[in-house]
Amino acid sequence: MRDKIRIASGQGFWGDMIEAPYWQVTSGEIDYLVMDYLAEVTMSILQKQKNMNPELGYAKDLPRLFERILPICMQKKIKVITNGGGVNPVACSEAILNVASKLNVSGLKIAVVTGDNILDQIDELIENGCELHNMETGESIIPYRDKILSANVYFGAAPIVDALRMGADIVITGRTTDTGLTLAPMIYEFNWDMNDYDKMSAGTVAGHILECGAQSTGGNFSGDWKSVENFAKIGFPIAEAYPDGEVIITKHKGLGGLVNFDTIAEQLVYEIGDPAKYITPDCIADFTTIKLEDLGNNRVKVYNVKGREATGFYKVSCSYAGGYSAVGSLTYSWPEALTKAKYADKILRERLNQLGLYFDEIRTEFVGYNSCHGDLSKNIDENDINEIMLRVAVRSDNYKSVERFGREIAPLILTGPPSVTGFAGGRPRPSEVVAYWPALINKNLVSPKVELMEL
Amino acid sequence: MQIKLRDIAHGRSGDKGDAANIGIIANDAESFELIKKHLTAETVKSHFKGICLGDVERYELPNIRALNFILHNTLGGGGTVSLKHDAQGKTLAAALLRMNIEI
Repeated sequence: MRDKIRIASGQGFWGDMIEAPYWQVTSGEIDYLVMDYLAEVTMSILQKQKNMNPELGYAKDLPRLFERILPICMQKKIKVITNGGGVNPVACSEAILNVASKLNVSGLKIAVVTGDNILDQIDELIENGCELHNMETGESIIPYRDKILSANVYFGAAPIVDALRMGADIVITGRTTDTGLTLAPMIYEFNWDMNDYDKMSAGTVAGHILECGAQSTGGNFSGDWKSVENFAKIGFPIAEAYPDGEVIITKHKGLGGLVNFDTIAEQLVYEIGDPAKYITPDCIADFTTIKLEDLGNNRVKVYNVKGREATGFYKVSCSYAGGYSAVGSLTYSWPEALTKAKYADKILRERLNQLGLYFDEIRTEFVGYNSCHGDLSKNIDENDINEIMLRVAVRSDNYKSVERFGREIAPLILTGPPSVTGFAGGRPRPSEVVAYWPALINKNLVSPKVELMEL
Repeated sequence: MQIKLRDIAHGRSGDKGDAANIGIIANDAESFELIKKHLTAETVKSHFKGICLGDVERYELPNIRALNFILHNTLGGGGTVSLKHDAQGKTLAAALLRMNIEI
């Protein structure tokens, strides 16, 4: 058994820095590279791509990334774990195998984790009484049945641990929890008992710190953010894990960023609910037990984490077609920038009304004034604002209404208040709204599958 | 004397469906006592009048000198449904850090 392993985060979401994983494998020693690509609605976007082309439905960045990093990972024996397989982890793995084959790599083992995609099982589940009630509203999914675009179960660390035990160099999964990607190598390398919930929680907390990439190493840090060194080449986090569950969060020395008590604390509170009950498929971690010790030199020790047994449910992330939306904007300059923008909004609404269009919601915001902090902005001098971007957004089940809204923005330039600009990029086009539907499913109704592909 | 919350704390916010979460971390032990006293579910709800349309839940993490708030019915439907510029509540921590505190 190793006395420690170094797990590096290479991606915090799909669209994150393309260079980050390359820097992680080339700027110092690591044992694992973990990459989280999936946000709540990413699966539905991928499902749409797969519906159009059965070869797609995964993070297309991955094959290109492996072209750059695979030879390095093979030479340095760095294992890669990612949920970028999306709704088509098999096609993703095949694409990576193709890359490997072109690079003349041999002896490569890729494990594919599937079984999370339950879109084809929904009718059967409903027939058996599982109505996937919405976790927020309590509604049954039955009235939305025909609009469902995707449905994926969040698996935890277990199938990834199985994959590593099969000898995988690369693990490609569908919808796996962000935290499971980091916890799994700890369970595998240190032979942790998966019923040891303090250890499961220790690895889960490390996963939570790594899952948003540079957000724990100085990115989006609201404390003394000007003290963050070299944002341009910011280092993503590395979890140095020990068999007893202690973890030191750090980054490569040659890269920028900042790791201290404040940056780690800020990531710990990110997108959590009740801190005593951080629920994953692997455990319920108690964030109020976490102890942080700032060791200096961009190293923070995370220890004393306690937790308890997981629930009997997996979370399911479903999405459904929720109509159409469009956003239009125009910019008004001083003098009276805000007044002009308010007039323009009133004129626009009158015109939409005259046209008899139907909207579920019309929302107006004045960027430069209140789009972030609403009424809290009221204590500034409105007459002295230099410029305001009028931003109007609409949503409707009626495509034609949304489409026509897009044609009513540009005319305001010649038919409304003066000193207006910023209408570039053409008319706002309706985009399909993909709505999110979180639910729970009994763990014994689904099971992950792990398959090995070799070259 | 009146100070701004940002003089003694920092924070981060994000989304959980239509709810926003705001984590506030005090700069030191003394400041943690102040934020515990002044940041209640009620004062936070009232600060976000017109933005937070639902209940506010409050949790303490004394181990990292932090408070966590869940603001329900705040993000215009949440996720991709929301028409808000800040549909994920990313700037709401900064909005809370504007709060004035009497010391």
